Amino acid sequence: MAEFIYPKLIGAKIRSQLAYRASFAVDFVSQVLAQCYELIVILVLFSQVDALGGFSRDEVLLMYAFAGAAFGVADLFAGQLDNLPTYIRTGSFDVLLMRPLRVLPQIMCSDIRLRRIGRITSAVGVMIYALTHVPIDWSPAKILLTVLTPVAGAVIYSAVWVVACSVCFWIVEGREFANAVTYGSNAFTSYPINVYSRPLRWVMAYVVPGAFVAYYPSLALLGKEDPLGLPGWVGWTSPLVAALAAGVAGLVWRFAVRHYRGTGS
Amino acid sequence: MIEVRELRREFKVATSKGLRRNYKTVTAVDDVTFDVREGEAVGYVGPNGAGKSTTIKMLTGILVPTSGHIRVGGVDPSKQRRDLARRIGVVFGQRSQLWWDLPLKDSFDLLKSIYRVSAPDYRTRLDECVELLGLQEFLVTPVRQLSLGQRMRGEITAALLHAPELLVLDEPTIGLDLESKERLREFLQDINTRRGTTLLLTTHDLDDIERLCPRLMVIDHGKVLADGPLDELRAEVTPERVLVIDLTEPGPAPDVPGVTAVRSEAGGLRHHLTFRRAETTAAALITQVVRQVEVHDLAVVEPEIDDVIRKLYQRQVAQDANR
Repeated sequence: MAEFIYPKLIGAKIRSQLAYRASFAVDFVSQVLAQCYELIVILVLFSQVDALGGFSRDEVLLMYAFAGAAFGVADLFAGQLDNLPTYIRTGSFDVLLMRPLRVLPQIMCSDIRLRRIGRITSAVGVMIYALTHVPIDWSPAKILLTVLTPVAGAVIYSAVWVVACSVCFWIVEGREFANAVTYGSNAFTSYPINVYSRPLRWVMAYVVPGAFVAYYPSLALLGKEDPLGLPGWVGWTSPLVAALAAGVAGLVWRFAVRHYRGTGS
Repeated sequence: MIEVRELRREFKVATSKGLRRNYKTVTAVDDVTFDVREGEAVGYVGPNGAGKSTTIKMLTGILVPTSGHIRVGGVDPSKQRRDLARRIGVVFGQRSQLWWDLPLKDSFDLLKSIYRVSAPDYRTRLDECVELLGLQEFLVTPVRQLSLGQRMRGEITAALLHAPELLVLDEPTIGLDLESKERLREFLQDINTRRGTTLLLTTHDLDDIERLCPRLMVIDHGKVLADGPLDELRAEVTPERVLVIDLTEPGPAPDVPGVTAVRSEAGGLRHHLTFRRAETTAAALITQVVRQVEVHDLAVVEPEIDDVIRKLYQRQVAQDANR
């Protein structure tokens, strides 16, 4: 029965946001536009060059769309962790701890940011365009991969978000750092990773498993060789990487909350 | 209901000196021991930073003690936080557990699901609170539009929907007007006596204690300075009471044995007389006074709880110095 409370918390938040219809509409449009600016950057870039790291415009758009959709979904649930410093400072975090529920799902469900749907909408639009314009040798497995990729990507981003925001338990103004990691990794994963320098690529692709959000699944869908030399099956491992990332994030979060309550230090 | 033994909680506080960072250990709660029986109503008072909130956070399982032993309803709060949460209610005067943008009723419905309250129980408990606290007129108003007094009534209802055995209130009457305070006190007294809900409340408003709590615990600098019935504490640390008399004509203070005239006001119209409660009663004193002078009005003033607490603290400092 406890599982059914979370949809109710989400519903409550949706109703709360609909209380401010005008501001919701403005936020929604601004999110669509924010996603479009990045799109324009890619389009301008490809008006000057024909390929980026060996990928055509539409192939890059596919990666961009996967990354955008995954980031949008993650932001919907995990984005409110940006408010953690405020929660801690104002004591709202204590209110969450007083309830007979786990804290992380409470934060994720009770402060959902509906306006992020704007970002998801435009990313899905681009995804549909890209999927119909790139050469894909479709098979049932690839259809499944197409559906799973944004989901796995959202889990990976959410895990990154949880880990980055856990820093706020130690450094109250840790939000800047957290944003650099979360928004930074979104910008990173929107492009083929072989265009980046080696140290940056190493950290953002494998330590933060950003390459598994869009780059490797796209390679698998397109049937392309990895210019960096990893075998083809890597593109199919994103759901596993996502599960692993979620596990690590769960442990880090637990450790952080224990620190807050006073046993971790 | 509550069992606390040698409870201690330290915090590390960063003290920056130039670029180097040092850590200093501050003891917020220092060897606190007490018990609260079922059905008791206990006032937990002390100045800001005395350790009240830290104690409450440990009792509710939010903070883990540095050392010591706590049982609330037989449960170790920090280890069984979620189990305990179902059995206790907590109200913080300065933070809300209600959904800001939704009608008050929606918050209650959500809490019903969170605490898994059955529909009939929910119905009766909510109806009772609605009636006793007069919530009907603003039940469908968004919480952000409620006045502070209305919101507090909502918060208390929210904390009672799962029929907690223990209700912890942190500054429940802060910022409320007199009428709202009175209404809350009456209600709290009612659930304490009729339902047998154990109450633990921290407050700065000493009338809260006077009205609600037969037992008072005073804490300062993390230590419990006193624990007992309010009247006893008052008699113990401030044995003197004050009789204030207003005369019809200005004149000297009446001369009664065992009484000291401490102050005259308004050119001899008003006099403050102190007497020891152990030696004479207010009634006997008044009889003697009216025999000597013509009295227009009079009042017996009990020492303010603030004074009692200050004296308790001074006594503690003196004891520490003698040790």
